[in-house]
Amino acid sequence: MRVLRSSAVAAIAVATALTTVSGCAEKSDKKDSDAILVKATDDKCEVSTTSFPTGHIKINVENKGSKVTEVYVYAAGDRIVAERENIGPGTKAEIVATIKKAGAYEIACKPGMKGDGIRQKVTATGGGKQEKSDPALDKAVAEYRKYVQQQADETIPAAQKFADAVKAGDVDEAKKQYAVSRIGWERTEPVAESFGDIDPKVDVREDGLEKGQKWTGWHKLEKSLWEDKKITEDDKKLAEQLMTDLKGWQKVVGTAEITPTSMANGAKELLDEVATGKVTGEEERYSHTDLVDFQANVEGAEKAYELLKPVASKNDSDLTKELDKQFGELKKLLDDHRDGDTFKAYDSVGKDDRKKLSDAVNALAEPLSKLAGAVAK
Amino acid sequence: MADETPRTTAGATADDEAAKDTAAKAAPSRRSVLGWGGAGLALGAAAAGGTAVALRTGGDAHPVASAGDAIQFRGAHQAGIATPVQDRLHFAAFDVTTSDREALIKVLKEWTAAAERMTAGHEIGDGAYGGQAELPPDDTGEALGLKPSRLTLTFGVGPGLFEKDGKDRFGVKSRRPQALIDLPVFPGDNLDAARSGGDLCVQACADDPQVAVHAIRNLARIGMGKVAIRWSQLGFGKTSSTTPDAQTPRNMMGFKDGTRNVSGTDTAALDKHVWVSEKDGPAWMAGGSYLVARRIRMHIETWDRTSLGEQEDIFGRDKAQGAPVGKQRERDEPNLKLMKPDSHVRLAHPDSNNGATILRRGYSFTDGTDKLGRLEAGLFFIAYQRDVRDAFVPLQKNLAANDALNEYIQHVGSAIFAVPPGIEGDGDWWGKGLFA
Repeated sequence: MRVLRSSAVAAIAVATALTTVSGCAEKSDKKDSDAILVKATDDKCEVSTTSFPTGHIKINVENKGSKVTEVYVYAAGDRIVAERENIGPGTKAEIVATIKKAGAYEIACKPGMKGDGIRQKVTATGGGKQEKSDPALDKAVAEYRKYVQQQADETIPAAQKFADAVKAGDVDEAKKQYAVSRIGWERTEPVAESFGDIDPKVDVREDGLEKGQKWTGWHKLEKSLWEDKKITEDDKKLAEQLMTDLKGWQKVVGTAEITPTSMANGAKELLDEVATGKVTGEEERYSHTDLVDFQANVEGAEKAYELLKPVASKNDSDLTKELDKQFGELKKLLDDHRDGDTFKAYDSVGKDDRKKLSDAVNALAEPLSKLAGAVAK
Repeated sequence: MADETPRTTAGATADDEAAKDTAAKAAPSRRSVLGWGGAGLALGAAAAGGTAVALRTGGDAHPVASAGDAIQFRGAHQAGIATPVQDRLHFAAFDVTTSDREALIKVLKEWTAAAERMTAGHEIGDGAYGGQAELPPDDTGEALGLKPSRLTLTFGVGPGLFEKDGKDRFGVKSRRPQALIDLPVFPGDNLDAARSGGDLCVQACADDPQVAVHAIRNLARIGMGKVAIRWSQLGFGKTSSTTPDAQTPRNMMGFKDGTRNVSGTDTAALDKHVWVSEKDGPAWMAGGSYLVARRIRMHIETWDRTSLGEQEDIFGRDKAQGAPVGKQRERDEPNLKLMKPDSHVRLAHPDSNNGATILRRGYSFTDGTDKLGRLEAGLFFIAYQRDVRDAFVPLQKNLAANDALNEYIQHVGSAIFAVPPGIEGDGDWWGKGLFA
């Protein structure tokens, strides 16, 4: 799961400029005059223009209301294109996003940060500066799309085994199937997260619940299996629900907005997931299967990287050399913690080894954060 | 985009003046007694401005740079040793995780370039903003708009660089200085390995804590994949002064300690006690120094319920002025015989240690509270010397065995580093002499 709901959605760079450095933005090539102005109040969401060219867009939000608000840009089907949360009353915020496809979008203000928000229909027109098309990158995107779909397709039968075990009340079998059922999801999580409504249903942790949100998905069942050591009738329903939600994901994931930049950033985000959730042992706090997720995150990141590598290595061969090395080091380190065809329980991994894993994640994630730059050159 | 001008803003001069006014109007006794640490927490630049004033009004013949200024990075010796002690510290020890000599050298070169820029008040690399939107910026940005704040970055190498687990990873084992010993175990040591040692260190001192933290953070980021932070320590209040006319700041026990420090302007004393001379060897250390860092936890709660008389006996100074027993003022020459045999000042005095003299540069630390609710506080002791074998080691042996203060303190972290000479010519970098 993503720890903060504001973690950058794939495909998008959300620049959340603090007021103190907002002057910097003026120095970028994007002139303020091109920005879309959003005036948010407690009952209105006024947009300065309802039509803008595709490409990089900048939205300047001003919260004139009395409640903390958030602003979303949605593509068709409520797919989040960009978001900015926690815009306090009387403050301003800036959202920078890339909208590649011409078409209908919605800008939503959510005073009080809840509900569907006050929506404004907007249109991206084809007149914008087109991102230059590179057949090699188009191929990478197509291949990655295939990979993402394949991961979802393979997850369904694996998750079905898990759900069946839960429904049969078989705690031991469910425990065995739990971590395996998550691998495809963990490999491609940033793409799944670009569909804002699926992640909170299937992969939310107890501490990530919002007020009034019912806890569903893998981690609730994890707690029942390992902590409560029993399967309730409600859990059986949740297993059924999990399958419904995952099938929903399987159906839409192929339509995700994927760009070379979003692939690269997605790879980095997978490492961020590892750095904030897995290395600390927070993600799988009951089952301690963190290393299985860890491995899947790394594999997913490496897949995106391998597909982008032909282009990236042309633009920055030092970077790809470093990435090859650091992917190798991290995988080698993970191999030390294998236990048969799975991994050691993370609570058996000592402080020193955790530090080593953490250092290796940093060693990879830092150059990986430069991959998007190398494919966008 | 790297700004070629320091972070100093146009309003800085006016702010400086305002700070001086504030400092001049404030009751001088309180300011000088308390030191600047506490006030600085709230006032930042204003309190730092006060530092400069306090030093000047002390009639210092060598006025130190005012708090916002930049300290010269280059020189025969590294800055941050004899430099007048800044208010804040972030000290970091690193493990070298690569075994590739060239990769390590590349980090050291990048570190040197970044350190020179940061001490001058510049952003590193291509700056904190204005670059390619798809890339994270080179500089993390939290020092934007802040003054250089007398930032110094002082680099050292630990024993593990020369040999680790019996391996000479970088082909420098034969160049290890004899003075870079593995420190002996002292009685009472309760060292936490996770807070001890390190293959490399960087001491960041500045008058603004955010400037010091920014420096370590950015160096750590540059080093990722080759070096990793092993431990780091923030210090919020200096406990020593290398400026003889300045007031000695108080430590967390409320006492002035380390009054008789080596002065940063006393070149004869520095040459005798601090700088490694050419004849000491090895050649690459000439002009350098040896650094010992000790994390000394204080048992604050038990100290606080110790009677004033006992507190003063333990230190051998009075609490009001810091005057040695039987004397009136802090800087009066102590009469050691008047002090109890186990008093701290008497035991630490060069006369009790065959002249062993160190340059102290320690900082008070408070890392919140521990799991028992006790203040996690103490002294992050930093000493520079020409040779630890006739400075820190005999001194600490004596203190560890005899000091009455030991009932209230515990050494929980320890590290030793060889600090090479300063950066001079073009194309020079941290450790060049060692790796050349």
